[in-house]
Amino acid sequence: MRGFKGLKMTMAAALLASTASMAVAEDVEVLHWWTAGGEAAALNVLKEDLASKGIGWVDMPVAGGGGEAAMTALRARVTAGDAPTAVQMLGFDILDWAKEDGVLGNLDEVAAAEGWDAVIPAALQAFSKYDGHWIAAPVNVHSTNWVWINKAALDATGLGEPTNFDELVAVLDKMKEAGITPIAHGGQAWQDGTVFDALVLAQGSDFYKAAFVDLDPAALGGAQMATAFDQLLKLRTYFDDNFSGRDWNLASSMVINGEAGMQFMGDWAKGEFLKAGKVPGTDFVCIRFPGTQGSVTFNSDQFVMFNVQGEGKKAAQAAMASAIESPTFQAAFNVVKGSVPARTDVPDTDFDDCGKKGMKDLAEASANGALHGSMAHGHGAPAAVKNATYDVITAVVNGEYSDGASAATALADAVAAAQ
Amino acid sequence: MSAVTQDTSVSTGRVTRAFIYLVLILFALFYLLPLYVMVVNSLKPLPEITGGNMMALPREWTLEAWGSAWSTAQIGVSPTGLKPYFLNSIMMVVPAVALSTMIGAMNGYILTKWRFRGDVWVFGLMLFSCFIPFQIVLIPMARVLGMLGLAGSVPGLILVHLVYGIGFSTLYFRNYYAAFPTELVRAAQIDGAGFFRIFWRILLPVSGPIAVVTIIWQFTNIWNDFLFGASFGGVNQPMTVALNNLVQSSTGVKEYNVHFAGAILAALPTLFVYIVAGRYFVRGLMAGSVKG
Amino acid sequence: MAAPAPADFRTRLQDWLPKLVLAPSFAVTILFVYGFIIFTIFLSFTGSKMLPKFDTWVGWANYHRLFSLPEWNIALKNIAIFASLYIIICTAIGLMLAIFLDQKIRGEGGLRPIYLYPMALSFIVTGTAWKWFLDPGIGLENVMHQWGWESFSFNWIKSNTMAIYTIVIAAVWQTSGFVMAMFLAGLRGIDNEILKAAQIDGASNWQLYRRIVIPLLRPAFLSAFVILSHLAIKSYDLVIALTNGGPGRATAMPATFMYSYTFTRNEMGVGAASAVIMLMTIAAIMVPYLYAELKEKK
Repeated sequence: MRGFKGLKMTMAAALLASTASMAVAEDVEVLHWWTAGGEAAALNVLKEDLASKGIGWVDMPVAGGGGEAAMTALRARVTAGDAPTAVQMLGFDILDWAKEDGVLGNLDEVAAAEGWDAVIPAALQAFSKYDGHWIAAPVNVHSTNWVWINKAALDATGLGEPTNFDELVAVLDKMKEAGITPIAHGGQAWQDGTVFDALVLAQGSDFYKAAFVDLDPAALGGAQMATAFDQLLKLRTYFDDNFSGRDWNLASSMVINGEAGMQFMGDWAKGEFLKAGKVPGTDFVCIRFPGTQGSVTFNSDQFVMFNVQGEGKKAAQAAMASAIESPTFQAAFNVVKGSVPARTDVPDTDFDDCGKKGMKDLAEASANGALHGSMAHGHGAPAAVKNATYDVITAVVNGEYSDGASAATALADAVAAAQ
Repeated sequence: MSAVTQDTSVSTGRVTRAFIYLVLILFALFYLLPLYVMVVNSLKPLPEITGGNMMALPREWTLEAWGSAWSTAQIGVSPTGLKPYFLNSIMMVVPAVALSTMIGAMNGYILTKWRFRGDVWVFGLMLFSCFIPFQIVLIPMARVLGMLGLAGSVPGLILVHLVYGIGFSTLYFRNYYAAFPTELVRAAQIDGAGFFRIFWRILLPVSGPIAVVTIIWQFTNIWNDFLFGASFGGVNQPMTVALNNLVQSSTGVKEYNVHFAGAILAALPTLFVYIVAGRYFVRGLMAGSVKG
Repeated sequence: MAAPAPADFRTRLQDWLPKLVLAPSFAVTILFVYGFIIFTIFLSFTGSKMLPKFDTWVGWANYHRLFSLPEWNIALKNIAIFASLYIIICTAIGLMLAIFLDQKIRGEGGLRPIYLYPMALSFIVTGTAWKWFLDPGIGLENVMHQWGWESFSFNWIKSNTMAIYTIVIAAVWQTSGFVMAMFLAGLRGIDNEILKAAQIDGASNWQLYRRIVIPLLRPAFLSAFVILSHLAIKSYDLVIALTNGGPGRATAMPATFMYSYTFTRNEMGVGAASAVIMLMTIAAIMVPYLYAELKEKK
């Protein structure tokens, strides 16, 4: 064990040296999963901003499974008594952590000074506040009920943009006749869930809230849910044979190349189209899922602040929260990320057509009470329930249920068992 | 030792030999196929991958993805590529492999040549430890590392890998030494050689092949570990976590060419170990020592 | 087996030294393996959600819930299919390649790393290559069609019933080379004199291997069996990267189940219960085998 101890000492010395060199101000340690490509570069904007205020950034990126790996690492960190300053989190994970005593920090002071209550939509605040206290700083809002359509394929059908389910089916039929795959879909649980979210929302904003936010058993197992499942079974017939397991971005490529007509996917899909040199409005169109106009299902990335010790660390944490909510960062980050700002008072000048539309829809839906957390993306219900709905929805997509009514019954049972 | 030869004394006919070569080459092709997919696509620009045939040779050859994976791709907020993470991994993997191999060799030696009452139970318990699911280890291990003050440090990671590597290294050495004639150890004892001397002079010189197997196994597992590295690595994240960060973009554009290049780069140290270690796969070491 | 009664201090020390050297390994195994297993058994009787909570005793509720979940039953069925095929095929291929490579093969030094390299690659990325290769739309089937073999069909990965076999293929690809290395090390540990003696007695090559070499490789078989079972049970990356448990739930495995319930679904109690069941199943299989394998030589 002698070599082991020796190594530990050299390590300690190395660590000391590295901290000494940047010990100008307190650092923030940030656990997140924006680790690659544009989104990581966008986060660098925040890092630079903090650096200009003399606050160092200790990066702790852990990607995998849409944040699952990061959440696992976080549990280990907290159990070891070594929580980071701030952690990227989604939806109900935030509230689950908030329930643990004394683990999270408090942002009330910054929030009050900057008036967050007035500019951040209430539906987001439901996740950023616990017990009346601000615990997290929301970064963005992704809305998930979008349809991305190849413009040429749509024009070829001779029909306009579909506004309800029947019109959608008409367009899909024409596309099928034209010999392309009408719907580019990736058969992964969360993608199945994203499509189904939209179908449930199309049954009405109130119904969505009753079923996927309030988890009302009558709504979950009822006739409207059966209709939504029947529609899912109908849409399923427009997938190609090889849909299962396909990554969402390969599905986007199918629409980009004209192999497929449309894709149901959140606003991040836009990045794929833009990267391929396509222009919104001329090469592709973005519309709300037919029947969900005026309503928005969202997920929102937030930085949850952990309970750090020491005035210096707390000050650095507050400065980070303030920087996240600054309109300049909100605009700069979200233009890159494809999402829309988490506060509704950011000017839309830098955003493209789809982005402007997304911001307008968000503000409207928020004002009308039609902004709901997405079940498929962990903003409708806690993880156990979300995954229970995945189980049923995925089973339907893979042909394990032949009618909507039995699927709806199974959904109500699965949700009840997971609560 | 001059009589030592690489070759088995089994000899085969011409037809059999042709058949053997054919089988060996067919399997080599099978093993190489996915590598072909990876290499070919790492040499294409991205639109050619997503827009075209993923099995085809590149129409436009480019090394851009390799450069990006090595030094400019985003890993977290910094565009560093995988380059800086190699050192983190090496600082962890070298001590962990060396220690677990040495300890495994000693354990195997004791369990076969210095047997005592209940030794089979000790071995059985250590062997069964190979089956512990790492998922159940994570939370209690975090607690222990926190108490030891080793959370988020390289020594902490080394300790974890050591603890869960001992079962395997003991297994390999124990099963290898089991075939070694115990009479030789007894003879040396009678000649007055002690515990360590016997190990050093008699067992260790014949341990080449099994040491290679153990090192290959330990190196591969520790180098490719993600769960422990992500959870206990702190800011000294090892290679695999960085590679994962490179390829697992949540909702961003997936640069497959960079991913493939990165995966091959990340595997190079392990491949290097395979090639170097493979030279010690020699026959007859044991036979040589038996003859004295 | 122990030496006769110790005569002096030096002999007594020699008697204790082996146990002293072995003790630390044994102690950490007891603490970090069996201690943690006991911890997990406790955990499986609690209502722990996100972090362990020992003040919420729920009795057998987690086990009841576990066996009421269709996904768990699918996972058990899958691991049975996967583990048996994987272990048998890997052992067969590994042994065959090792014996073949041991025939004074030219270029052995080049072939060995080719057989071994799949294990070096992180499956997070290799999984993508396999996924494409197996995908009928872009992989092997598509290539065969382009080459004019229109009737060729290989769509296992998209099929509920066949997808599990694609995982077997990828898993065999990944580790059979290492099994080859284990057997090769074993073969090269066998004394040539024994083989020569048998050849003088007129044994054919086939008899030589069947009667003498393979029985001598018994400890290597034990190593291979333990390693392969370990890999089969822990196959997580492989499943996640290749099918992510799909299509639907068709390729769910205990490892993915355990991880999902413990860390993703925040049902740590159920996750712990599944881990306990897995450990008990492994024990039920391994203990008799180990007993037979280890007792014999005493």
